[in-house]
Amino acid sequence: MTIEIKMPALSPTMEEGTLAKWLVKEGDTVSSGDILAEIETDKATMEFEAVDEGTVAKILIPEGTDEVKVGTVIAVLAGEGEDASAAAEAPAKPEPKAVQEEAPAPESGEPTKMETGARNLVASVEKAEIRDPEVPEGTEMVRMTVREALRDAMAEEMRTDDRVFVMGEEVAEYQGAYKVTQGLLEEFGDRRVIDTPITEYGFAGVGTGAAMGGLRPIVEFMTFNFAMQAIDHIINSAAKTNYMSGGQMRIPIVFRGPNGAAARVAAQHSQNFAAWYAHVPGLVVIAPYSAADAKGLMKAAIRSEDPVVFLENELMYGQSFDVPKLDDYVLPIGKARIAREGKDVTFVSYSIGVGVALDAAGKLAEEGIEAEVVDLRTLRPLDRETVLKSLAKTNRIVCVEEGWPTCSISAEIAAIAMEEGFDDLDAPVLRVTNVDVPLPYAANLEKLALVKVEDVVAAAKKVCYR
Amino acid sequence: MAKAASSKRSSPEKDATASPPPTPNRPRPPEPKRHKADKAEMLEYYRQMLLIRRFEERAGQLYGLGLIGGFCHLYIGQEAVAVGLQSAMDFSKDSVITGYRDHGHMLAYGIDPKVIMAELTGREAGISKGKGGSMHMFSVEHKFYGGHGIVGAQVPLGAGLAFKHKYAGDGGVCLAYFGDGAANQGQVYEAFNMASLWALPIIFVIENNQYAMGTSVNRASAEDQLYKRGESFRIPGLQVDGMDVLEVRGAATTALEWVRSGKGPILLELKTYRYRGHSMSDPAKYRSREEVQAVRDKSDPIEALKRELEKAGVSEDELKSIDKDIRAIVAESADFAEQSPEPDPSELYTDVLVESY
Repeated sequence: MTIEIKMPALSPTMEEGTLAKWLVKEGDTVSSGDILAEIETDKATMEFEAVDEGTVAKILIPEGTDEVKVGTVIAVLAGEGEDASAAAEAPAKPEPKAVQEEAPAPESGEPTKMETGARNLVASVEKAEIRDPEVPEGTEMVRMTVREALRDAMAEEMRTDDRVFVMGEEVAEYQGAYKVTQGLLEEFGDRRVIDTPITEYGFAGVGTGAAMGGLRPIVEFMTFNFAMQAIDHIINSAAKTNYMSGGQMRIPIVFRGPNGAAARVAAQHSQNFAAWYAHVPGLVVIAPYSAADAKGLMKAAIRSEDPVVFLENELMYGQSFDVPKLDDYVLPIGKARIAREGKDVTFVSYSIGVGVALDAAGKLAEEGIEAEVVDLRTLRPLDRETVLKSLAKTNRIVCVEEGWPTCSISAEIAAIAMEEGFDDLDAPVLRVTNVDVPLPYAANLEKLALVKVEDVVAAAKKVCYR
Repeated sequence: MAKAASSKRSSPEKDATASPPPTPNRPRPPEPKRHKADKAEMLEYYRQMLLIRRFEERAGQLYGLGLIGGFCHLYIGQEAVAVGLQSAMDFSKDSVITGYRDHGHMLAYGIDPKVIMAELTGREAGISKGKGGSMHMFSVEHKFYGGHGIVGAQVPLGAGLAFKHKYAGDGGVCLAYFGDGAANQGQVYEAFNMASLWALPIIFVIENNQYAMGTSVNRASAEDQLYKRGESFRIPGLQVDGMDVLEVRGAATTALEWVRSGKGPILLELKTYRYRGHSMSDPAKYRSREEVQAVRDKSDPIEALKRELEKAGVSEDELKSIDKDIRAIVAESADFAEQSPEPDPSELYTDVLVESY
């Protein structure tokens, strides 16, 4: 029997990958467990093993092919007693392109794209237009992913300041659990790129102590979910010490890593901690959306004399944006950005929520409602001025947040609008957030739980009385 | 321990059937020797221990008068630990970090008693401008990094300071103090693991004063021989009489030689005793008055050194004159702390962040 070998999904967020290398050739006999190929996912290069026994009849996707969609037939295996050459004829068109197009036959047990509501959160990135007053007119732009932007920011700062080093789980030899520190070990060596044991509390303390001693650590948490084990050092040791020492003890440290919901990883691995950290005086909290902001703000964070919690987003790592090609692109901390101009309603958001807000704004524009999108970028200190200025212009605020509603950043924005912008409000401030439950695993429930463009659209119409 | 192992059996030449003594699979430092101090050195230790004792007694008084608030953990009884260890350190490059019972460690590092006392009374002239209090005092100038109120937090922080010493190649060693209570915190072992893995220059010091608040070591620790706590991380441990300043100083020398030679961390367990309660608000119902009195009578570190000084020919007058000087210094610091103004209200908003954004 002929067996089709398909491009596998090797991570929760993988939708396509690079077929880096074939380790078998046509005519080879393979048995289950043999390594067939190396596949580069959005996170790592992984080996792909055979499940069935047989002879490799035909390799359909040559090695070195990028953007091979999950589910594409990449090779054909002839079963026992079957003529391999006949099997090779079976999938009529050996052209990779053609196979790709014909691949999705639902009855064939196709490993279709994993169902997840998380995908909807990044839908609008392609359309997002990023303009920043900080970037001089006519600056050349480079397209790069958020992941690359973060890596470049760290590498640039490490080149100019020997005090800067990176520590965390899998940051060095593994090249980063999410590949954010890729290549840093090679360039900077194991003195400055340090793999730690899986002991968040301990290494957050070691990093903080090193900062007390005068270094500038970047502490990576594999995700901020695990930083909960280390939150004592982030708050009690890092955030409070400058104050408690009357300004003697500085803690110039960056705690960074992915925050917020990922795809189908359920409640313990899907949580937005923005409001937790933004609650604490003595911390700077940054949560960028675009790659340009990720780069410019990461550089600013590393240079800051204060402890910075830098909240990234796993779903955004692979998204590409234009980044200014400047030798030293550093953005100011504490400044929001107008991501889209509008006059009818203001959306206030940050991180991945900005994409949702932009998407909603696009939809509303078709119906004649012009929404302005404020990307907060820094959550503490919060840029009240930009929020209030936009409110004065549109007289309406809808907060958009991939996170829980209770005691959230959205709640804070609502309070600011009421306390300082009451006279400008023509409607109550609305919060469009995730549902107030732990994030469920099941695909349908996950979709229901996450913040949605339609809800933002509906909220905007409601405050516009439309 | 090497000494114990070699003395256990008759030598293999005499008894051919006996298996050879086990070869230790990991290196250990030599057994520390009690420090041989000359008269001048002993007088200096005496002076420092007495300063801590009198300072803490006065702090206790000021607490009773309501001039010191909150938590106030006194170091009385443990003086030989801070003085014995810190006298061996190189102030120009080594760092010290400790928990909330920090006054003694600061005084032993030569920090001005006036600014410490003024911090206790919450005054502007305090070392933390009155914003830290008893448990949160720092002196970057003296490489004294606090003063930490969360039990055990100073251990990974200290490993971080040691990381800095190694990273910068500055030759410094970090001395990280913690108590028998903190010795049961998980983060301590996370720090042990990393410090040993990376051969960080750090001396972990367990000040075992027998009681974690009101819980005795035996009631809280499955292994009460705390010097063994580093063994599974390949950190050698030494148990030291923390009531004898010269024993402590001897152990400090051994530990510093070990760490400075690049062998990685070492753990010292200092057996000591606190005469006062855990904090000023401790009713001390968990131990008898007799127990405390017995330690005072038999093992007081200051009285013991006084006897040695007398043996070395120091006159009673000389000792009395030291006592008088110390009392004057403490009185002066108390006056300073009482008379200094409280922080200006505007200080409420300063030092939250270093930069403005």
